[in-house]
Formats: sequence, C-alpha cells, structure tokens
Amino acid sequence: MKNKKINGYLLAGIIITAFLLLLTVYGAIHTPYSPTAYTGMKFEAPSAAHLFGTDKLGRDIFSRVLKGMGTTLSVALITVIIGAVVGTAVGAVTGYFGGLVDDTLMRINDALTAFPSILMALLVISLLGPERKSSLILALGIVFIPSFARVTRTAFASLRDVNYITSARLMGAGNGRILLLHLLPNTGRVLLPALTIGFNNAVLAEASMSFLRITPLETSLGYMLSEAQGMLATAPWYALSTGLVIALLVFGVGLIGEGLQQRNKEA
Amino acid sequence: MSEDNDLILEVRHVSGGYRPNSLFGRSKAYKEVLHDVDFVVRNGEILGLVGESGTGKSTLAKIILGLMEPEEGEVIHHSPRPQIIFQDPYSSLNPAYTVEWSIEEPLRIYGKYDAAERKRRVREMLERVELPEEVLKAKPDELSGGQRQRVSIAAALIRRPRFLIADEPVSALDVTIQAQILRLLRELREELDLSYLFISHDLNVVYQLCDRVLVMKRGRIVEQGSVEEVFNHPREDYTKRLLAAAE
Repeated sequence: MKNKKINGYLLAGIIITAFLLLLTVYGAIHTPYSPTAYTGMKFEAPSAAHLFGTDKLGRDIFSRVLKGMGTTLSVALITVIIGAVVGTAVGAVTGYFGGLVDDTLMRINDALTAFPSILMALLVISLLGPERKSSLILALGIVFIPSFARVTRTAFASLRDVNYITSARLMGAGNGRILLLHLLPNTGRVLLPALTIGFNNAVLAEASMSFLRITPLETSLGYMLSEAQGMLATAPWYALSTGLVIALLVFGVGLIGEGLQQRNKEA
Repeated sequence: MSEDNDLILEVRHVSGGYRPNSLFGRSKAYKEVLHDVDFVVRNGEILGLVGESGTGKSTLAKIILGLMEPEEGEVIHHSPRPQIIFQDPYSSLNPAYTVEWSIEEPLRIYGKYDAAERKRRVREMLERVELPEEVLKAKPDELSGGQRQRVSIAAALIRRPRFLIADEPVSALDVTIQAQILRLLRELREELDLSYLFISHDLNVVYQLCDRVLVMKRGRIVEQGSVEEVFNHPREDYTKRLLAAAE
C-alpha cells in the first residue's frame, strides 16, 4: 500500500532521532563521569577521555550533554503532550459542533495566539511560582494549546459532514463516540506532523527559557548553552557540542515531520 | 390491514431549505429548496425519486432522515432507524477501520448482543451482500467501488431497518457493477422486507428497479404514479424532457 511507504525524509529522521533517543536513555542510566563533578583539568579540549572536552569547573561536557538531553527531552515531551491533548480536545469540540461554541473558543484562541509566546509563558510562570520545573512545563504546555487547537479544528470541521459520519449518526452513535472513535483516528495525518513541529518548538522554547535563566533548572541543553556563552573563547567546544545536539535533535524530528507530510501528499 | 399499517413513511407538506448562519444567530437570508413536498412510501415498495441535479433530492433525503429540520410540514416514520446508502462509495466507509469493524459498529452501538452474536450477524449479513469472508479484514481503500457499496449496504442493514434511502447508489459504478448492485437491492427487499426511496437521475435505472416514481422539479413534485404510467404516458413537459434526455 502506497501510504505505508517510508520515504527518505522519514528514514533519515527516524535514524537521527532514534540515535539521539538511545543516547538519552543511555545517559539516564550511565554517564562516563558525574555531570556535576570535577573530573580533571579545566578547559580541556575534546579527547578520547573527554569526548566533548571539559568546562571551567573541569566537568565532563559529554556527560553534561547526555544529562541535559534527558531534561530537555522530557520537558519538551510533557509540554507537547499537554498542548496536544488539550488543543485537540478544543479543536475537536469547536470543529465538530461549530456555532457559538466555535466562535467563542476560537476568538479566545486568537487572543492567545496574538500574545507573544515567551511573554505568555513568563506570565504563567510568574503566576505559578518560578522555582518549580512543573511551572515551566505547564507554562509551555499552555503556550502550545492554540496551535494544536487550530490545526485539529480544521480537520474535525472538514470531516464532520462526511458520509461515514452521517451514517454513524443515523446508527445512533453519540457525539462522544463519533468524536473519539470515528473522527479522531482520521485526523492522524494532520495531527502527527503537527506533533513533530510542536515537539521541535517545545525543545527550542525550553532551550530559550533556560538560556534566559527564567527557571533555575537542573542541567538542560538551554541552560548549558547559556553557561557556554561565558566560555566561548576558552572552551568553544562547550557551546559547539551543546548547540549541535539541539540542532541535530530539531533537524531529526523536523525530517520526520516533513516525511509524514510527503507521505500524506502521495497517498 | 388498515391504511396506516400499509405505510412505511409519510412526508406531509414539507418545505425546507438553508439559512446560512451569521455571526449572531440565524440570518434572514433563507433559501427555500423544497416547496410543499407531499408523498408516502408504502410497505415493501421501491419508490423512485427523479429530477435534475440541484433540484432538492438530497435535501429531501436529509429532512426525511432528521439530519435537517423542515421549515414547514412533517415527516412521519412508521419504522425505526431509517438508513441511507450514498452515491460515493469512497466516502461512505470510515477509512481508519476494517470492513468487519464498520459492519459491526451499529451492533456495538445498539449494545444488546455479545461479541459472538455480533460476529455471527456480521457474517450472515456479509453472505447476504455476497461478499467473501476475506474482505472482513480489509480496509476500504483495498476494495473496489462495487465491493465498498456492498459493505455500505451491509452496515446499513445489519440492524434490520425496514426503510432505506438509496441516494444515487449506483451512479458512481461501472454499468456491469450497477446491474449487480440493483439485483442485490431487489433481492434484499424480498429477503428483509424492505422499502426504498431510490433517488436517481438515471431514468433507465429507475425504470428497471422501481414500482412507483416521483418526478421533482425545482423543489416541487410535479408528477407521480406507477413507473409504467409515468414513463409511458408522461403528463408534464418536464417529465417528457427528462425521458427524452434518457434515451
């Protein structure tokens, strides 16, 4: 079947992402050195002992990157799940029912979209208290709701009067059953690419938030990048390796998204 | 048998149309599509509904099925759960699910049968629409147009409705497949004690299949009677033109 084909984008994206995910899992179980301990000389250039070199406190940057990936990925994942679940629920209800519910919720949605997302996140964080990681996750999650709502609303609205949905209604299926069982599986072709884009935005948003030191996070890629800024002259490999990992992560997931969209076009 | 027992559907002085929604509730711009449509479907008959496209045939189907409210008049059903088969066999089955799921779904919604009984009924219905058991595990995009239409018929009939609207059910199919589906619809009427409202713009198909026929022009029924009567002795110029165009 044509639409089950794996194209080049998809394959490359899956390989890159799977490699980074494996590294992250490996990092969660074991790192070559403790990511916070002094391990040798400071500002050591990359070598066999220290793949990405060491920083000004003599910490092993490779170990820190492994740890940072774990933090960044988990924050991005939970963020995107919050955004996708709530956003899809809003999009489903507005797209399916239309009318006043649709008008009201989508105008609120527009208002949220019009707000700069970093500002929005700052607002939520300051309301929830900046000391906790959960504030950042929730703040970013809320920021991601409108884009998911918009994408899924279009999908649900375009399918609500399609013949098989009319038939389901005639057979006595309730709205909940139609939304979850009959419509949701058919929104995958827009939802999956949106998830990859959302995930990438979440990685970048987490990186910017901790780069700006808005929340005192443990080692995350963004936090490390802001640390690395101070050592750009003495330990350029710190910024380089951290930045490269972020770029590779976003690139890999972006390729998957592109691949999924290509596959939709072919099908 | 009393007169009422003999009826499966009454459509009484129905007028209806579309009122596009504006930002603040319903707008005044009402576009009437149906004007004072009045007819009955008798038990066991196949009633044809013919007319050019855009004349309100599908709007009438929606109103009969309760998917749209009539502006005036009423629709009285003398049987529960009327069903519909659509013209386009590509949008009438949910592409996310297998054939088995789609035929079984109405029974799951009904909720009165256990899994084994549902499976038994699905297989029995599959046999009635003359499909092999292999198609149960197939997704709609692996089936031909005719096979899909058979699956749609099976899903529509699995809860044993007595009345079925067929909205141009064969016009998207090849001629040979058309004949097979028409034969199947005729057989199912006998076996399952069905009545149809058969909507078509193809007068040859209507002539082959239907007992009586309604001729619709711009939302009004301009002529009705037995197929022989209407087709052999049309009274209205409109009907004559439709017949001339079909030859």
